[in-house]
Amino acid sequence: MSFFKVEDLGISFGGVRAVDAVSFEVNQREVYTIIGPNGAGKTTIFNLIGLLYPASSGTIRFEGRTLNGLAPHRVSQLGIARTFQNIELFEHATVLQNLLIGRHRHRATSLWQELLFTPAVRRAELAQREAVEKVIDFLELAHYRDGLVAGLPYGVRKVIELGRALATEPKLLLLDEPSSGLNPEETNEMAFWIEDIQKELGITVLMVEHDMNLVSRVSDRVLALNEGRVIAEGTPAEVQSHAAVIEAYLGGND
Amino acid sequence: MLAGVAQGCVYALVALGFVLIYKATETVNFAQGDLMMLGAFFALTGSTTLGLPYWLTIVFALVVMAVFGMLAERLVLRPVLGYPAFTVVMVTIGMGYILRGLVTTIPGWGTDTYTFATPFADAVIRLGGVVLAVQQLAVIAMTTALCLALYLFFRYAKLGVAMQATSQNQLAAYYMGIPVRRVNMLIWGLSAAVATFAGILLAPVTFVHSNMGFIGLKAFPAAVVGGFGSVPGSIVGGLIIGVVESLAGYYLPEGIKDVAAYVVVLIVLMVKPSGIFGDTVRKKV
Amino acid sequence: MRFIFKTDYRQDLRLFRHGGYVFWYGLLGVALVAAPFMLSEYLISQLHFICIYSIVGFGLMLLVGFTGQISLGHAAFLAVGAYTEALLQGAGMPLWVSLPSAALLSAAAGIIIGIPALRLKGIYLAIATLAFNVIVEEIITRWEGLTGGNGGKHVKAAELFGFTFDSDVSFYFLCLSLTVLSCLMLINLLRSPTGRAFVAIRDSEISASCMGVNLAKYKTMSFALSAALTGVGGALYAHKITFISPEQFTLLASIELVTIVIIGGIGSLHGAVFGAAFIIVLPQLIAVAKDYLPSGAAGISGLQAIVFGVLLVAFIIFEPMGIYGRWLKVRTWFELFPFYRQGMFRRQKSYMKSERLR
Repeated sequence: MSFFKVEDLGISFGGVRAVDAVSFEVNQREVYTIIGPNGAGKTTIFNLIGLLYPASSGTIRFEGRTLNGLAPHRVSQLGIARTFQNIELFEHATVLQNLLIGRHRHRATSLWQELLFTPAVRRAELAQREAVEKVIDFLELAHYRDGLVAGLPYGVRKVIELGRALATEPKLLLLDEPSSGLNPEETNEMAFWIEDIQKELGITVLMVEHDMNLVSRVSDRVLALNEGRVIAEGTPAEVQSHAAVIEAYLGGND
Repeated sequence: MLAGVAQGCVYALVALGFVLIYKATETVNFAQGDLMMLGAFFALTGSTTLGLPYWLTIVFALVVMAVFGMLAERLVLRPVLGYPAFTVVMVTIGMGYILRGLVTTIPGWGTDTYTFATPFADAVIRLGGVVLAVQQLAVIAMTTALCLALYLFFRYAKLGVAMQATSQNQLAAYYMGIPVRRVNMLIWGLSAAVATFAGILLAPVTFVHSNMGFIGLKAFPAAVVGGFGSVPGSIVGGLIIGVVESLAGYYLPEGIKDVAAYVVVLIVLMVKPSGIFGDTVRKKV
Repeated sequence: MRFIFKTDYRQDLRLFRHGGYVFWYGLLGVALVAAPFMLSEYLISQLHFICIYSIVGFGLMLLVGFTGQISLGHAAFLAVGAYTEALLQGAGMPLWVSLPSAALLSAAAGIIIGIPALRLKGIYLAIATLAFNVIVEEIITRWEGLTGGNGGKHVKAAELFGFTFDSDVSFYFLCLSLTVLSCLMLINLLRSPTGRAFVAIRDSEISASCMGVNLAKYKTMSFALSAALTGVGGALYAHKITFISPEQFTLLASIELVTIVIIGGIGSLHGAVFGAAFIIVLPQLIAVAKDYLPSGAAGISGLQAIVFGVLLVAFIIFEPMGIYGRWLKVRTWFELFPFYRQGMFRRQKSYMKSERLR
């Protein structure tokens, strides 16, 4: 039984075939990166996996279970978390509250208990906060904990986005361009975190990335896309020297 | 039946007025009905106090209200540019209150009901055994003329195209050199004029009084049914609502007529929220 | 200036952030309890209304301020609550049956509009709730056998275990206790997963659903809870004015309710109370002011509408955070004196981008 498998995935947006017969498989505890020029369909694949809209063809299987047709909130319950390219944080809540929402799938209290704030709810709340604290420590967000997200710089927000995804305790983490908009120091930190996520936390990482240094540094395998289709797959070195990939990025020999 | 179409034309015009504003600024103007009411009052003054003939009254009221619309945009709407949509809606609602209050305050207007003289009153045409009221025919004809004028405007006039640009992406419109704020102001002026036109057409039916703007509420179902943000949609929607209402008044028990429009809009919202001509909305992540 | 240094998760969960809060809220509590014995009958009556509208304000605040939905039809829930209470009371039911029933039926009404509203946003949702309000009002008017139609319905005083709440003081304590209870329940909700889910839906539906928040369930829950609270307010309202009829629950009433939330300050429970106080006090102030105006101006019939509209627009333009926002700014000024910085609460300028094409 494969850990995560996508078969023949496809979707069209009004005549444009955004994703065309894409198939790949991710093994447990590896870092698998999808690269490709802009418009290649990378984020679309993430949206399809996250079931934000239904694919017109193909299947997505996670731990032997077919994901197609489920409601979006079920994806998180199965153990898949994602970050967004354009940061979809909850702006008018504190960092802590953002991370606590990540724990939503672990809640065990009912509405009535919460209205009355029974001791069970109190215990659950304290437990959630301890769990979130581990993420805060891991990502060194402690001094931002009680501030509103709205005023924070971009680099910090990307980290909070990552933290929120980690707070769900996922088995598979989807990172959408984790280094976009970050300066070299922040990208370096991000690389360390991705390595730690893989090795210390044992989480499988599927990511979309443009920064080739980061890709070569952390990825186990790479998938190259162009115009919605797979053009190469292999180790970072193999893919980067693949003729079709070079042509897609830099143009052919005219 | 004809009455339904004529009434539908009035709804269509009011709906058209705020679809224009919505297209330009993505603001929903809940005071559109009250602008219509104010326009009708200005027309009344033009006709009675100033003694202008019918057609001149129309021009007078249109001009005055266009200026008023522009002023309203400049004073009330511009400060809230960029605020969340719901907040702006509340501002327009507040504006509606102010308009209604002001109208009852002004001497000569107050809370009375007035009749509005038109050259078509009571005239009828007999066509093959069917009696048609000229009044209603006039409403339909004038509405059609206005729609044609607006269509040409948006298609070919530079200002019309600019209005479409500012409605889609304000910041980009700024970069392209479009004076966004001035365009918004002009849109409001245009929309107020359209509302006035509707008020003048409606005045003979409902008479002119400070609460006549509430009919404007029915224009919302019209705009939704036709597809919010679509100019032809608002016309079609208005006509549909007008016809549905008159049919409901004819065939269904009493009282259903008043809510027919709202039942229709709820059904449309549940089945196809984007209406007949509207576009579906999806956020891109 | 006070800094709160947290060393324990329990501090996060506390109702009062520090001792100062306990002191001031305690003082407020004492004042509220002592009020009916010290104030005139007229003022107690106003307090009745403020409590009732606060409860309704809490309900609407939950839906609009915390879950980010829109409702221009909340008067419909007010009506359902009021009429349920009137009918059950008239049938001889005691308060502990009629009040929860009013809440439950209103919640059911909330679900009825909530489910179709799941897919709707923004102006579409506003129009749907508006349509719902009109339809409910019409149903109440037409169903004369049940509701007395336009003729209205009389409501007697509330009765609980033989005790009749027919005096000002007893009714005051009934309203006050229900207000405090609903306030506490909402505070509890907001510091627990459900409350956070609501806020998540408000700020970003897409990422909320990716985090496991079942949008349909929580949106409907928000509508139901909001409607239930409004229904309770409606039941009390029925007892207060003792005569209810359909024209008290029109769209204009709904707009008034929304004004409570906006002028009070969206996004805070205090805002609901401030807004309720504003709505009740304003007409009284206008009436009083009329005495001081020259006789010509005082005769203005539209004065109330004008003042209402002007204040609504003025608050949105100049004080978007509402009365509570102004209160916060004043308080911060005192707390930070003399280090208050001018731009502390300033919004960032934003440009409009079409929702349609984003």
